[in-house]
This record gives sequence, C-alpha cells and structure tokens, in this order.
Amino acid sequence: MGNHSDGVQAKSSAVVTSQEESKEKFPDPGLPHHAPRLTDVDAKHAKTAERQVVLLFVISILGALLFWFAYFGIKIGGNYYDVLNPEANNTLRLQNLLMGLGIAFSMFGIGIGIVHWARTLMPDHEMEESRHAISAEADRADAQEIVETILDESGIKRRPLLRNTLIGSVILAPLTFVTLLRDLGPNDPSVLKYTLWDEGVRLVRDPSGTPIKAADVTIGSAYHVLPENLNSLTHENGYIEEKAKAVVLLMRLDPNDLKVSAGRENWNVDGIVAYSKVCTHVGCPIALYEQRTHHLLCPCHQSTFDATDECKVVFGPAGHALPQLPIAVDSEGYLVAQSDFHEPVGPGYWERGKHVEEMKSEA
Amino acid sequence: MSHTSVQKDYQAKTNTGKIANYLDQRVGMSGIIKEFGRKIFPDHWSFMFGEVALYSLVILILSGTFLTLWFNPSMAPTAYDGSYVPMKGTEMSVAYASALDISFDIRGGLLLRQIHHWAALLFMLALTIHMLRVFFTGAFRRPRELNWLVGCALLIVGILAGFTGYSLPDDVLSGNGLRIIDGIFKAIPLVGTYLSLFFFGGEFPGTLLISRLYAMHIMVIPAILLLLVAVHMFMVVLHKHTQYPGPGRREDNVVGFPVGPVYAAKAGGFFFIVFGIIAFLASTFTINAIWNYGPYDPSPVQAGTQPDWYVGFGDGALRLWPGVWPFHWEFNFLGGTWVLSVFLPFALMAGSVMMAMIFWPWIERWVTKDNREHHLLDRPRNAPFRTGVGVAGIIGYGSLMVAASSDLIATHFHVSLNDVAYVLRFMFVFGPLIGFLITYRFCLALQRKDRELVLHGIESGQVVQLPHGEFIEVHKPLDEYRRYKLVAFESPEVIPAQPNKKGKISLLEKTRGGLSKIWFQDRVAPVTPAELEAAHHAHHDAVEGTDSSAQIEK
Repeated sequence: MGNHSDGVQAKSSAVVTSQEESKEKFPDPGLPHHAPRLTDVDAKHAKTAERQVVLLFVISILGALLFWFAYFGIKIGGNYYDVLNPEANNTLRLQNLLMGLGIAFSMFGIGIGIVHWARTLMPDHEMEESRHAISAEADRADAQEIVETILDESGIKRRPLLRNTLIGSVILAPLTFVTLLRDLGPNDPSVLKYTLWDEGVRLVRDPSGTPIKAADVTIGSAYHVLPENLNSLTHENGYIEEKAKAVVLLMRLDPNDLKVSAGRENWNVDGIVAYSKVCTHVGCPIALYEQRTHHLLCPCHQSTFDATDECKVVFGPAGHALPQLPIAVDSEGYLVAQSDFHEPVGPGYWERGKHVEEMKSEA
Repeated sequence: MSHTSVQKDYQAKTNTGKIANYLDQRVGMSGIIKEFGRKIFPDHWSFMFGEVALYSLVILILSGTFLTLWFNPSMAPTAYDGSYVPMKGTEMSVAYASALDISFDIRGGLLLRQIHHWAALLFMLALTIHMLRVFFTGAFRRPRELNWLVGCALLIVGILAGFTGYSLPDDVLSGNGLRIIDGIFKAIPLVGTYLSLFFFGGEFPGTLLISRLYAMHIMVIPAILLLLVAVHMFMVVLHKHTQYPGPGRREDNVVGFPVGPVYAAKAGGFFFIVFGIIAFLASTFTINAIWNYGPYDPSPVQAGTQPDWYVGFGDGALRLWPGVWPFHWEFNFLGGTWVLSVFLPFALMAGSVMMAMIFWPWIERWVTKDNREHHLLDRPRNAPFRTGVGVAGIIGYGSLMVAASSDLIATHFHVSLNDVAYVLRFMFVFGPLIGFLITYRFCLALQRKDRELVLHGIESGQVVQLPHGEFIEVHKPLDEYRRYKLVAFESPEVIPAQPNKKGKISLLEKTRGGLSKIWFQDRVAPVTPAELEAAHHAHHDAVEGTDSSAQIEK
C-alpha cells in the first residue's frame, strides 16, 4: 500500500498517544473460509430451492396470461369522464391496472426466480483475479514511438504551411454548419416591446370574450382580461404568442388605498387598475389575487406584488414591478386601454433597459 | 497468415461446441468468452444502483420506442375528437391530442406513458445515488477520474432528456415549464434574448418548438446517453470494478463472483426485477395525468405546480434568490439589463453544486497529493473530510430541491410561504457547513468506535465477579477477519506546504498546505498490532478507557 498508510501518528499534532510507535501492520488473513449453504450440503434443501424457482417462473407465466386477459378480455371503449357513464372510466382503469400488474408479475417472476436460483443453486465461492496495470510501461514507450513515426511519416511537422492551412480549414469547415443555425429564429428583440393593446382596445373577459363595464367591477373583484382584438387572430398568425404577452389582471381597489406615482394619475378608473399578468420573474401567469392584502402571487416561484403600490415586488425572486396598462372608459361605459404598456411585459432581458428608454421617448 | 486455414480445424463434439466453433471462426468468440466468461465482479449491495440506472435506461428506450409509434409532435391546432369527454371539440395542438389518444384510445397506451415516466424518475434517482456511492467511497480516484466525468455528463444529459420529454405533451404544465425556460434564457447576459428567439423560432411559444424538442428527445439525446454509457462500461471493464477493503481483498486483486453463471444470473435477473418494480409503480400510481391540465394556454396556471424531482434543484434555486432584497438584482449596466435574480441562481447556486461535483477528483488529488491508483474503496467514515463535503453537498442540493416544493410545504403544514423561503435560504447557506461539521465529527467518532472494538473486543454481555469481588464484563476479542476489516485502511496525514524547485513556497502551495491541514489535522489512525498488544497487557484498565492509548485527543 501507500506511503501514508503506516499508521504513524507522531507526525500529526492531532493525535496524542503514549504508546510506543509501531510500523507494523496487521497481516492480511486472506479470504475467509467458505461456509457451505444448506442447499450445498442437503439435497432436500436444494430440491426445495429448485421448486421455489420453478414456482416463481410459473408466477411469471401467469402474469403474462393476466396481461392478455386484461388486453383482450376487458372490453373498453366509448367515452371517458362522461358524467352519464362513469362505468367506462372504471373499466379503463381496471384494464390498465391489470395489464400493468400482469407485466409486473411476469417480470418479477423471472427476475426473482433467476436471482433465487443464483443465490441458492449456483456456486457461491468467491473467486480471485489479479489486476493488471492498465498499460505496461514498455507499451507506453512503444506507443509513443509509433505516434512519433506516424507524425514523422505524414510530414506534418516538417511542413508547417501544410499543417497551418489544414488547421484553418478544419476550423472553418464545421462553422458553415453552425452558420446554418442562424435561421432558427428571428434576431430582432424589439418584437418583445409591443403587445396587442392600443388606444381604444376594449378589455374583454378571459375566456368568454365579453367587454367589461366599469360599473360592473365591484371593489375587491378581479378579472382575467384579454384585448378584444385578440380574437381576430388565428393560430397561424400569432394568436398564442400575442395572448402570451397581452394577458392582463384587472382589479378594483379602494382609490384611497392606491399609491399613484407622478404620470400615472389617470391610468386607473376610480380605483380600477390593470396590470400585466405575466410574471416579471420568468413569465408564469400570475393567477393568485389575495383580496385582503391586495397582493398578487405567482404560483410558480411565489413572487409577490403589491397591487396598491403599482405592483412593486414585495417578496420573492421577481426583479421588477408588473407593467401597468393605462385604462379609461369609452362612450358606452366599457373599459378600454389608453395605449399599449409603457414598458415591455414579462421577464427581464438584456435589451429591456434600452427598450424602456425607447418606449418612453415614443410615448 | 493463410496457413491457418490449411491447418486441421478443431472438431467440436457437442452442439454447444459446434455453435461456439462457428462463431469463433467468424468473430473470434473464444477470445471474448475467455476474457469475459469468468471475469470476476465484486458483489456488494451498493454496487447495485448503477445497474438500476442502466436497466431503467433500457426500459426508457423500449417504452419510448412504443410511444413514438403513436405520438405526433406537431403544434398545429386541431379540434379534439377522442374519447375523453371533457375536452371534446376543444382546440388544442396535435401533440396534446395525440398524447390524449395514447392515454385513452390506445389499449395500454396510458400504461406505456406511465412506465416511461416512472422509468425516467427512477433512472435519474439511481444515477444520483450511484454517483453518491462513487463519491463517498472514493471510487472516483485514479484511474477512474475520467469515468467520474462520464457520470457527471450522464447526469446532465439525463436532466436534458427528462426536460425535453416533460415538454412534449404540450399541456398546461409542460407549457409553463417552457415558459420558465424562456425566462431563464432571456436572463443570460448579452446573448439571452437571441437564444430565446432561436430556441422557440420566434416569440414564445411559437409553432416549432415541440417538433424540435422531439428530435432532441428521441434521437440526439438518447444517442449521447448511449454513447456515454458505452464509454462508461468500456472503462469499467478496463479498470475492473473497485472493491471494499477486507480480508483477502487487495489493491492488486479482484474478489467476487464470475460473470458466468452467478453474476450474469444475478444481474440479468435484476433487470427483470427493476422492470417489475417500474411496471408495478406505473400501474398503481398515476403521475402526470395530462388530461386534467388541459392544452397549453398562456393564461391559466395551476397552483402547486411541481417539476420532476431531478429538475427541482434548478426550480428551487429560482425560488430562493431574492429579487429586490437587499437591492434590485435586475439593473442596467454597461448598456444592458442584467437579470441577476434569474441568472445567478443558475450560474451560482445550481452551477456551484455542479462544478464542485465535476472538479472534485482533481481538487482532492491536489490537496492530498495522492496520485496513486486506488482499487480498494474507502469506507466513508475513514475519509471524514470527503464524507463531510458529500453531506454538505447533499444538504445544499437538498435545500434547493425542497425549495421547489415551498408552496406545497406552506399549504400542507399551514406555515407562511415567506417563512418557508427564509428557512430554506438559511438552509442553503449555512446547512452545508453545519452538516459538514456534524458529519466530520461523526466519522471520527465512528473511527474511534472501530478502534475501541479492535482494542477491546465486543461486549459479550457476560458479567463475571472476580475473586476480589470486582465485577467486570467480559469482552470477546474480534476474530482476525473482522479485525482486519477495521484496521486495513489508510489514514493520510497533513502535508504542509512544500517549497518548489527554487526553494520558494508559492501562494497556491500555501493554500494547498492550509487546506491539507484542515483536511487531515484531526485524524484517527488504524490500530497497530503493537497497540493491540499493549491493550491486552493493560487489560481492563484499557477496557475502561483510562489508558490514553485508546484515546485520541486534540
């Protein structure tokens, strides 16, 4: 063994011993004697073990039969989770359960059977094998010489121009394929700036799509809101992408509770405020509104925003407040947007600061 | 070389012999059989986890292949027309509709989905435990450092495999998972926005992602996984398996069972047992009931959403990092917005756990200056510092993983969500240190117990009265096999900073020396025969522990 393995303690300040030092080590007593198993010495036990293994294999066969019984024998079909016909679910469940158990037993039977066989009836003498060096010293020298010869014969060392152009071409050739990845997607981050909200766009309920009268929004209530023009989009021209950015949460608070900063005085309608529902942390929809504290909570990572204080972050990992949607009432009394958001919605990104500045100057 | 064919061929007499002969003349089978037929593999329950991981992977590939026969990875919209009533007529992606069809309209399809998902959970679990086993026993030391890296790569690629698969059904849960990935991409300084736009083929969620992830999930990632497994197995055979120290087990031998028949039977049988366990779980515990969640829609989300457990540490890291405390972690600087509240949890928290894992073999080698080959494993207690570090890692990783369920903890135990986060933040920062110290001391205590056992034997429970009236309990000495197990280990010592060739001690070397001191200054040496001899002479003085020979003091 190694150089620190002698058990010498004197060199270590941590170990105090009054004992005389000894470099001696206990000798390796060698492998313990093999104790025969019952199945080794008693034919009756061996026979019993054999029968047990056979039984396990039979269980496996029965398991496979159970599977086929469930697959062919249990008639499923029709409609599931139908309130008028709850029976269909039970049959489906039963079939899956029995097929699964059938497979489980067919596998367990084989597995436990073979392991039991190996443990009881196959020899349990531990055997010994020597380890060899992974590579002999002489081999290494030979290999090195071969590599040198190869390099020498190829001439790569003697002809540096050849070598350098080869290196250059081998680096550049794969880059052509890397370039092909360029069109994986567009590279204009400014798409992140805008949403479907615009001046005069009505706020409609999600998912019914009905517009909301300001008078219907009572104090303490909250609505999931979409822009009315979202419905003109189809999946082909960006419905889901626009929805992912435009979702809004609408609440009515007591106007006296609201803290309103300069420039946002007319963004709410008598305490009705609208905020982006996309969490500014990593983008989950903020689905939980606690009426009593006026806190909005993101269920994914628990970022908490204070609706009375312009949805500033009060707890959790989100990095900035939820963007507010300026709203007003149209001539028919329905809530409409005054404009788009004044900053990008959703999680932060490298260009966000730049975009905020740009949007400020545009507004 | 042609003269071999003219030689009179060996004529086999039995059928087995004839088949072997045929194969041997074509593919050189006898060489392979001679090499592997009776190759020795050591047997220990802790060597089983790698096998579980391997078998789970086989089951993943089998069940996954079945699923590809029916799954359609398209994000095109379709109106659902299957037999799940609550969603009839609902507009959804083709991918989600085909996942529902697999669950309801293909006999056994749900079972296959469950087997596939359960096998994935088990694969990652077995892989993790296997790596912990390798870490705690020091099996990563020379010559196996590269195989440790292969293991780390398997773990990371395994996470990618799980994540890409989790996203395929295109239900609300997987869509929200992708939304989080979008946010994480965007937080990467400088290139993040582009990465996100490239990944989704435009703005989130786009129409391309599922088919892109599908190609990764069923082709690229499994190919990498299989390649890594092949390299891993090749190296296992090349190095031969490690073994625990004990009588007859030395650095230069392998003690165990031959591949044929015992080891092959046990390992082969074990495959079926693992398959049985997965089939049993799959048929009795439903996970990821995608029909309850509905098709992906950016507006709703369910409270209490959980990632698969092996992604938990990342999600937990995201939850624990404060966004605006003590200052805003998202700020504009050098012409860009630094979203550190999202970037740092990955780069720093999850990243540091991963980096420490990847580089550990070289860190340990540098500090201990131990560059010898090791084929005998350490009992974890005999490497107190490493064991302490391992436990610290588990606590750090564990607090992140637990944090991924912080909302469920709060609702189930009726505690404040904020308090759970505070406690877990504390746990992540200080837990590892506390865990390290306790484990380190615990290992030293266990080593002292081993010394005690060797020096004074086992309490026999037999109390005798001596002629002069004293009562003593008879201690039975250990037999030499048991004793050898407790004394055959190395106890490395502090190696102070060494001057280099110029006679100077570099700062790096000083650091190493300092670390070595922390590492090894408290150590318990194995009992030597002389000490045992002395203990026998001292007799029951030593039994009572009054003799300082048995005491290791600071």
